[in-house]
Parts: sequence; structure tokens; C-alpha cells
Amino acid sequence: MLAYILRRLILALITVIAISILSFVIIQLPPGDFITSYIASMSAGGGTVSEAEVEALREQYGLDQPITVQYLKWVSQIVQGNFGMALEWNRPVKDVIGDRLTLTVIISLAAVIFTWAVALPIGIYSAVKRYSIGDYIFTFIGFIGLAIPGFMLALIVLYVGFRYFNANVGGLFSPEYAEAPWSWAKFQDLLAHLPIPAVVLGLSGTAQMIRIMRSNLLDELRKPYVMTARARGLTEMRVILKYPVRVAMNPFISTIGYLLPYIVSGSIIVSLVLSLPTVGPLLLKALIAQDMFLAGTIILLLGVMTVIGTFISDLLLMWVDPRIRLERR
Amino acid sequence: MNDQRTPLLSVRDLKTYFFQDEGTVKAVDGASFDVARGQTLGIVGESGCGKSVTARSILRIVEAPGRIVGGQILWYDAKGQPTDLTQLDPDGHQMRSLRGREIGLIFQEPMTSFSPVHTVGNQIIEAIRLHMGVSKAEARRRAIEALRQVGIPQPERRIDDYAFQLSGGLRQRAMIAVALSCDPRLLIADEPTTALDVTTQAQILDLLRELQQQRGMAIMLITHNLGVVAEMCDDVVVMYLGRVVEVGSVDAIFHQAKHPYTRALLRSIPAITTPPRVKLHTITGSIPHPYNRPSGCPFHPRCPERLRGLCEVAEPALRAVGNGQSVSCFLYENRA
Repeated sequence: MLAYILRRLILALITVIAISILSFVIIQLPPGDFITSYIASMSAGGGTVSEAEVEALREQYGLDQPITVQYLKWVSQIVQGNFGMALEWNRPVKDVIGDRLTLTVIISLAAVIFTWAVALPIGIYSAVKRYSIGDYIFTFIGFIGLAIPGFMLALIVLYVGFRYFNANVGGLFSPEYAEAPWSWAKFQDLLAHLPIPAVVLGLSGTAQMIRIMRSNLLDELRKPYVMTARARGLTEMRVILKYPVRVAMNPFISTIGYLLPYIVSGSIIVSLVLSLPTVGPLLLKALIAQDMFLAGTIILLLGVMTVIGTFISDLLLMWVDPRIRLERR
Repeated sequence: MNDQRTPLLSVRDLKTYFFQDEGTVKAVDGASFDVARGQTLGIVGESGCGKSVTARSILRIVEAPGRIVGGQILWYDAKGQPTDLTQLDPDGHQMRSLRGREIGLIFQEPMTSFSPVHTVGNQIIEAIRLHMGVSKAEARRRAIEALRQVGIPQPERRIDDYAFQLSGGLRQRAMIAVALSCDPRLLIADEPTTALDVTTQAQILDLLRELQQQRGMAIMLITHNLGVVAEMCDDVVVMYLGRVVEVGSVDAIFHQAKHPYTRALLRSIPAITTPPRVKLHTITGSIPHPYNRPSGCPFHPRCPERLRGLCEVAEPALRAVGNGQSVSCFLYENRA
């Protein structure tokens, strides 16, 4: 068991290193660099940049050096906790990302809680009462939820909120708290704003999860251990919740690791529409501006979080599933 | 004497149908038989003849789209008072207090009969606590005792094992321990040895017989293995396509089988005296498709002795032919 954990840890470390190389290479791939897009945006605005200025900027950011040197410099800085400068913002990357990352995690968590709280009971119901009217209704709604793009739903929510409730549902904070330092009141304000983005972001995942839970559980319900549990005289409710549901849940635990990057990358447009201060829109802007330190850091952090999430889900799986825990190796 | 004569369980004209989009499958279609107290009743027949569905009907755990549509299942309590199980709510208190408490069930596949994510002990203790109302510690003690009684070595340690950690034979023993943990009066064993190798099979059958003698419980043994029937049973019910075609004592069935189907089944057993490289006797034709049951006697298309103009139009009823033996076949209508 210890060997299992150790092996996972080493694999995780190798994965992180690979991710750091990949994310650096990917942001270098488009032609040009931050300076060229800086020049482009300056001349689009009617200004000019002198040749000497360009050279000075290149040197300042180390852009004139070979890519391997740039990578090694970047990584060695990161190891020391310095993520470099967000070129466009002219502030340290850490400051630019900090709050947004926290808020992204909070929104993701809220979306996940919404998804699980809604999808699991419905999935169980749909499987147990297969082909009932309720199952058909939930299946119908589920497919609609799957088919509606998130940004579309976000727009509808915005429109309905504005038109009928005269409420501005965008953002995560009321205007008076947006720039305020953290306080209990600000936190409560956040909680009040959280449900709508959580529902919008979680809906397609919910529909998907209902389908997966339903089919997982249908497979399990056919197994003999369910019938022997019934034959022991348990109530039907207890039979289903204790045995097949428990087994059908396992596959979900292994998806915990992908939740964060899924929410971030799948939600950029939704976040723009709902003006959520999350990492998604920031990443988009950084990529457009070829702000490689900012974009690189975001991609790297998402990668690392996925690896950590996967590691945690591996541990959880080991805890809940004795077949994995007792596997002899 | 009275106690000896009243049966423990009496199934009367049981009909369990499965209603599917493609049509209705009459899995059990008018089965009748009795299980006597402390005796072993064998139920034999080919795959798909309704043996297992009969067992599930008795426990009221037939899964949708299956449903009991007719007949009675009379359960006689210790005082000899009958209760019709078909009238009970399958998830109600009365039915659940029979399930696992008065009637135990063991299955063909001991691996998948246990939850893969719960220990064996967890599942035994659950049954004991549910029916016996004892403390956790007492339930655990009884569970260990139950495992010891079925011959599992080191039961104190095995109780915390998962089913996949046990060998096939131990798993089936553990299954028996679960089924017998509350000391039921009837054990339904649905192909209990089919998945086991021959040596283990013999051990499990010996164990069942031993436990039956100790406890005086009745066993309803569902099998397609006539050798097992000969070894274990007092009485035999032969089923074909959801109907009982012949009932009798084990001697009567093996030595004076009446129904052409029973006789064909017996002929198809290879004997040790059968010369080698001789083609085994088989029953001609195959089991009809469940949606497409033959008219009249369900066995008539495969029957070597069918009476033209009668068997394909009319259905024979089960009637006594003496010696406690009954058969549903027109060949015996006139004599009865």
C-alpha cells in the first residue's frame, strides 16, 4: 500500500515536470512574442515604439535568449516561488492570479456541489425506476441541459434576471464589495452571488452525470449481491443505497481530479458573459497578448492542480474500494 | 403427527410473468408443489424452465418487469397457521421479517453474491442485527460462530475479509453462513454447487446435509444436476417451461418416472457403465422460445410419445398416479 502511494507520488512529480515543459513550449508556439504583440497594439493605437525601446524590453524580459535558457530561468524562479511579471499588467503574476484562483476554486466547488447534489439522487431515481414517467422526464430535461451551451444559458439567465427581477446577476460581488478587502460581509455577499454561476456552470455536468450514474447503477442493480441483500430482509431503500449505489459511485471519485481544469477551460465564455473574476478570462487575455509568464503560470497551475486532484482521487479510491487497496503487488 | 403432515410451504398454481415490450414471458405458469418440514425438495429442469423465478417469487424479490399474476404461496408458521405470501407487500415489514429470518437464500455464484466493497462479516452482522435485535458485539460473536459452523478456518480473522479474498469453496461456505445466520426454517439453494469444482461440490453438499440434520430445516434445492438430486433430496419436482410436469419421491422419480420429459432427462445422464464413444442420449429439439410457447402440452413438440390430436390442443393437468406421485401427461389420464 505504501509502495502504491509512493509510486503514484513519483509519477505525479514526473507529470508535473512534463506539464511545465509542455506549457512553456505551447505558449512559445505562436509566431512572435509579447513584444511584437505589444508593438502591434501600440501602432494600432497610433503610437510608435522605437527600435532601441524594443531591444531594451527584449533584454529586460530575457526574450532575446534561446528558449531552453528562458525555460530554465522560468522554472528556477518558480521553484523559489517567483512566477515572474505579468507583462501586460506590469505586476507580479502572483498578485494578478492570487484572488482569481481562489475565486475559481470556490466557484468550481460550488458548481461541483450543485452537480452532485442534483445529479446523484436523480441518477439513482432514474435507474431504480427505469422507464417510468419520472425517468423519461428527467432524461428529457437532462438531454436539454446537455445540449444547451453554457454561454447561452448564461445570457438567458442575465436577460431574465434583468428583465423580470430587475437584478444584475453578473459578477461575484455587489459593486460596493468588488474592490473591498476581505471581510465577513464580503464573504456573505459572495455566497449570495454564488448560486447562479454555480448552476450555470454545473448544468451540463449535471446532465452528463445523471446519465453516467443511471447507467452505472443499472449495471450494478443486475448483480447477484443486490438480490442476496434483498433476500436478507433489508428494506429496498437500504439495499439500494448501501450496496449498488456505493459501488456505482466509485467511478465518480476518479473524476475529481479533472473537475478544476474542466470548469476553468469549459467556462471561459460563461465567465466572460457573467463577468466572473475567475482565471478563465484572464488566461484568454494573457494568451491573446502573448503574456507568456502569466499564461504559462496559469496553465502550469491548472496542470499541477489536476495532478494533485488525481492523486487525491487515487487515495480516496483506495480508501473506498478494497479491491484496489488489497491488490497485491 | 399433525406437525409432520402440514407442509412448511405450499405453492399453489403460481404464475409469475415478465411483461416486456416484445411480449409476455410466462416464466412460471401454474406451478404447484409442497415443501415438507425438515425435508429436502429438489426442483429440476433445464435452464429457463422457471426454477429460479419460482424461488424469487417465494421470497417476493422478483424484479420488474416480472410480477406474480396468480396463485398462492402459503407459508405455515410454527403454529401451522398459513400466510399467503403473494398478498404481502414485498417491501413491507411482514415479508421482510420472513426474508433472511425464516427463509434463507444461497445462490449459484458465490463471488458476485457478496458485495465487492463490504466485508463478509459486515453482511452477516447486518442480517443478524436486522432480525435478532442484538448488540453489535453480540452480532459479531454470532457471525463468527456462524462462520465456524460452516467450517471456515480462523473465523475471527476471515470475518473481516472481502469475498474476493476467499477461495470459491470458502466463499460458498460464507454464503451459507449468511443464509443460516438467523436459523431459518427454509433454505432455498439456487444451484448452490454449479460454480464449484467436483470435490468442493461434494463438501458443500455434505455441509448442507449436516446443517440440515442439526437444525431440522427444510431445503429447497434448485438444480439441473440429477446426481445432486439423487444424493440430497427426499422429493423431486420436475419443471418444464414454467409448469410442474411431475412430482414424486426421489425413488419414484428415478425408478418409475412417468412423464416422458422426466424419462428423457434421466436417459440423458451418462452412467459409469455407458460404453465409451457412444453418443449421449439427448432430448430431441430445443426449448421453445419463451415468446413462442407451444399450444397444448408445452412438451409435445419434443415428446416421443405424444398423442396426435390431443397433446397439441389440450393441456394436461397434474394428477395423482399413486404413491404420492403426480404427473401431468395424457398418457396417464385414463388410468387415474
